[in-house]
Amino acid sequence: MPARRERLRLFVKRNRIELSITCIFVVLYAIFIIGAPQVYTNFAIYRSFMSTLPFMGVMALAATFVITLGEIDLSFPSVMGMSAWGFGATFVASGSYPLAVLVALGIGGACGLLNGVMVAIVGVPSIVATIGTMFFWRGFVNVLAEGQGIPLASLTEVWMHPIFVGRIVGGIPMQFVWFLVIAVIMMMVYRRHVFGSQVLFVGDNKNSAHMMGIKVARVKILCFTLLGVMAGLGAVLLVSEVTYFWPTTGDGYPLPALGAVFIGGTPVFGGRGSMYGTFIGVLIIGSLEAGVVALGIQGFYTQVIYGLLITIAVTIYAVIMRRN
Amino acid sequence: MSESEPVARLVDVHKSFGRINVLQGIDMEVYRGEIVALVGDNGAGKSTLIKVITGVHRPTSGEVWIKGERVEMQSVQHARRLGVETVYQERALADQQSLWRNIFAGREITGPLGFMKVGQQRREAERLLRSRMGFTSQAFEVDGEVSGLSGGEKQGIAIARALYFDAEMIILDEPTMGLSLKETDRVLDFARGIREAGKSVVLIDHNILHVYSVADRFIVLDRGRVAAQFTKDEISRDQLIDLMVELHQTGQVHVG
Repeated sequence: MPARRERLRLFVKRNRIELSITCIFVVLYAIFIIGAPQVYTNFAIYRSFMSTLPFMGVMALAATFVITLGEIDLSFPSVMGMSAWGFGATFVASGSYPLAVLVALGIGGACGLLNGVMVAIVGVPSIVATIGTMFFWRGFVNVLAEGQGIPLASLTEVWMHPIFVGRIVGGIPMQFVWFLVIAVIMMMVYRRHVFGSQVLFVGDNKNSAHMMGIKVARVKILCFTLLGVMAGLGAVLLVSEVTYFWPTTGDGYPLPALGAVFIGGTPVFGGRGSMYGTFIGVLIIGSLEAGVVALGIQGFYTQVIYGLLITIAVTIYAVIMRRN
Repeated sequence: MSESEPVARLVDVHKSFGRINVLQGIDMEVYRGEIVALVGDNGAGKSTLIKVITGVHRPTSGEVWIKGERVEMQSVQHARRLGVETVYQERALADQQSLWRNIFAGREITGPLGFMKVGQQRREAERLLRSRMGFTSQAFEVDGEVSGLSGGEKQGIAIARALYFDAEMIILDEPTMGLSLKETDRVLDFARGIREAGKSVVLIDHNILHVYSVADRFIVLDRGRVAAQFTKDEISRDQLIDLMVELHQTGQVHVG
């Protein structure tokens, strides 16, 4: 049937990146399941992934917009630290969970806005601007917290706690539901919303975008702010889950989060990318370490395999794009 | 708007950047269904002039009238809403995006919450390009990226976009730069197509032969002023070329 064949061809053409990343995901999981069936046929491992992935995942999703602009943000883990401190300190001072959440999101948004203004209005290259804010906010967290952690065990007594990190049917963690819902919304925005389209045009060619009447600076500022807010949300989810604030909160996340974006098929050049790819990238990156250990390979190899996977993925995309 | 009223009229328009006076009192009109060429040396103020007409720059002083109304254009979008559309060769399109996204960029058809009606945009783009712009090749697809098109086809897409949104006056800024002969013919045909649709064209092109073959009227700019104006029957191709050379050498125009 030619019409159906034509539709299939168009579908493949429009979703090359998405199909590639899905294949990588399936192959990887096939290896895990074959290599360690006792671990990977048991739901417990997935429950564990679902409880730890979302902290980094929500930031990776928002970072996809920033990367699509052709910009980068290295400061979001430090912003997460700031938000986590704001969350903990506010909760200790006021005892109000909702207020602490608002403070965390507000701090995240304000830090993101600052990055956006520096990049879009002042004109500082994003890599430089966000290296600056990365050190600044991390240093500032240490100053504010005086290097000390904040125990927050009483968070669990508040009604709001289960909304963020409770467990629902089958022990699925609420933070994963948050991640899933945000992922679906962002996928729709990326491909179907006017804002997603504007991000693609600004990343592709900001002069063209300007000539088409797109407000380039506003789009950039919004993307950086969104990433800040998501760093705030990541902080809320993480601190709620572990009920403790460390001044190093967020430190380990820059490479996994950006790695997830790149594995997912969003190139650094800007103008194209895939939110679905980032979603799958998060699932891959988030389950890699456990998978490697379960296969009986020493934990030291995790980074080797991270690196290998990212390299394979970006090579596949480069080949696809060149053929195009 | 009556038939005889100009689509656009500029009265004593000045534009300075700091102490540099780029436009020094421009008066001009563009009428419905004509192709007006702006000719002049580099630095004559052609680009600045069209940026004033299209809302990129605001004039330092002077009046801009569109369709009989005095306007103060605030932005490119504002100019566009008034029916003035620019097609820049270099900056017209985003290369990595699909044709349909490019055609609707900045003016998407949206439903609730600002989500685009993607299917409708695809169908409209397909219809527009196949029926009105003569893109008939089998290989051509609205889902394809702009980077796969030739220079002339890119111009066609950009012009199609302007026409779809009912521009009254389309500004073509160096539309044939870097194009092959065949491609150039195609773009000049696009310009004639705009005139046939009853719209107006303001054309800037370094190649005086291209300009002469399509334009109905020539406005000669020199150092921010209108040095001379001719309709096509007032001046031959060779006279126009001589005039440009003379202007370049002496900075003066001898008419007649």
